[in-house]
Amino acid sequence: MSCPDPKGAPIHLENLTITYQRHPAVHHVTGSFEAGSLTAIIGPNGAGKSTLIKALTGTMAASEGRIDRAGMSASRYGYLPQAAEVDRSFPLSVFDTVAMGDWHRLGVFGGMKRQDVARALDALDKVGLGGFEQRRISELSSGQFQRVLFARLLLQDAPVILLDEPFNAIDERTTRDLLALIRHWHEHGRTVIAVLHDMSQVRQCFPQTLLMAREAIAWGATEDVLQEHNLRRANMMEESWREDAHTCAVHEEART
Amino acid sequence: MSLLTTVYDATLAPFVDFGFMRRALVACIALGLGSGPVGVLLMLRRMSLVGDAMSHAVLPGAAVGFLVAGLSLPAMGLGGLIVGLAVALLSGLVSRTTAVREDASFASFYLTSLAAGVLIVSLKGSSVDLLHVLFGTILAIDQDALYLIAGISSLTLVLLALIYRPLVMECFDPGFLRAVGGRGHLYHVLFLLLVVLNLVAGFQSLGTLMAVGLMMLPAVAARFWAVSLPGMMFSAMLVAFLAGVIGLNISFHTGVASGPTIVLSASGIYLLSFLFGRLGIVRQRLSRPHLAG
Repeated sequence: MSCPDPKGAPIHLENLTITYQRHPAVHHVTGSFEAGSLTAIIGPNGAGKSTLIKALTGTMAASEGRIDRAGMSASRYGYLPQAAEVDRSFPLSVFDTVAMGDWHRLGVFGGMKRQDVARALDALDKVGLGGFEQRRISELSSGQFQRVLFARLLLQDAPVILLDEPFNAIDERTTRDLLALIRHWHEHGRTVIAVLHDMSQVRQCFPQTLLMAREAIAWGATEDVLQEHNLRRANMMEESWREDAHTCAVHEEART
Repeated sequence: MSLLTTVYDATLAPFVDFGFMRRALVACIALGLGSGPVGVLLMLRRMSLVGDAMSHAVLPGAAVGFLVAGLSLPAMGLGGLIVGLAVALLSGLVSRTTAVREDASFASFYLTSLAAGVLIVSLKGSSVDLLHVLFGTILAIDQDALYLIAGISSLTLVLLALIYRPLVMECFDPGFLRAVGGRGHLYHVLFLLLVVLNLVAGFQSLGTLMAVGLMMLPAVAARFWAVSLPGMMFSAMLVAFLAGVIGLNISFHTGVASGPTIVLSASGIYLLSFLFGRLGIVRQRLSRPHLAG
């Protein structure tokens, strides 16, 4: 990128609760992602990690509490959805997919100028897919497709980057390359938040960790969060909702 | 010379000699131009059967228009448009606010709509009237109907061009479009509006039951010829045009009903595409030496 990297912005969660049919997926979470921090969100399946990411993107509304984005619009955040949420059979070229990252500059009607095209090709080069621009996305491997989505993120050039399970079903080499990109974003002051499952990856590469089991079990420096007692507590979370659950006591307290 | 004359008589003469055949052909071309791209997007959004449901859903509106003004395309079209849009919006609303999936809510609304439509027509009209509404009368298309069909096709192409980028993003990665503030619901609703408009354009020619034929069959056939989205849209338009020419000719020379013949011609082209298309099964099975890398 020729222009300077935009500096990351902080995000503060205040008593955030997000529900599905009144059952909480994220429950009374309070804390901050500092500007320029690199945070892993971990926890068992159903812990509310992806729901929290969606709330941060502004696509899921809070049932209670709030997200303070320090004056920045959620639409300026970079977002990598889970692979399963993207239709890879759609007849799109690699270039067109990457070019979607330019949405905030082009909008509905804007045309790509020569420098926009150059930026998209440069982003493809950076993820190791130079020369792939005319290939169909349906012809790519999972790892190559994930590189394309990272190139789209590069083009978004966002100060805050949200990654939902970015390394699912991809090989070691691709994971290593993409982790290097994440480190680069962090070194240049962007705020990066990633949902992950691989604990050794979290220990090695992510200085901050939020351990979730619907509520925040622990949030802070990775070595402090990944303590045995915290992990045990998170793993004790019941995966399914309790149909006979009472109204949340904290909610009741707040009302009275 | 005589071979040329035979070919001319079999293919072009009906359109040169008869105004009603020319109008029917122009209607088919206009329908293909609008319905082809819409059908491709419906297919890619895995909404092919939703298109079918929508074509049934316009019936009560068309029936009310028919009761009020007889076989008048503007009246029936307006009625069909209102009811079709209402069904599309209600189905969308139900699926977005409850656990019922969009295809299931479309099914409930279109069945209700279809039954109401048949009931309304049977209250006042004869079975011949019902057949007109259900199966269309492409050979009876007049100038006004042509203008309406051409107007809808033009509007479709212009609107598709305007919302092409967010519509493609909404199909491919709806979560990303929402995250970047792209208002995906708006484009979804605009797209459903185009579906309903094109079905309304098609029902005078092919009837409410088969209006979706020139939308979906060319779209699915196009999948065997093109790999890019613009390529598929162009192929679908071409298939719809060919189906119109072939169907009208067969109908003219054999005296069979024109609407079903056009749709069956599109089915024939689909079958040939499936077998011999660039991405068809025969070409895939042909043993060709593999490449080195």
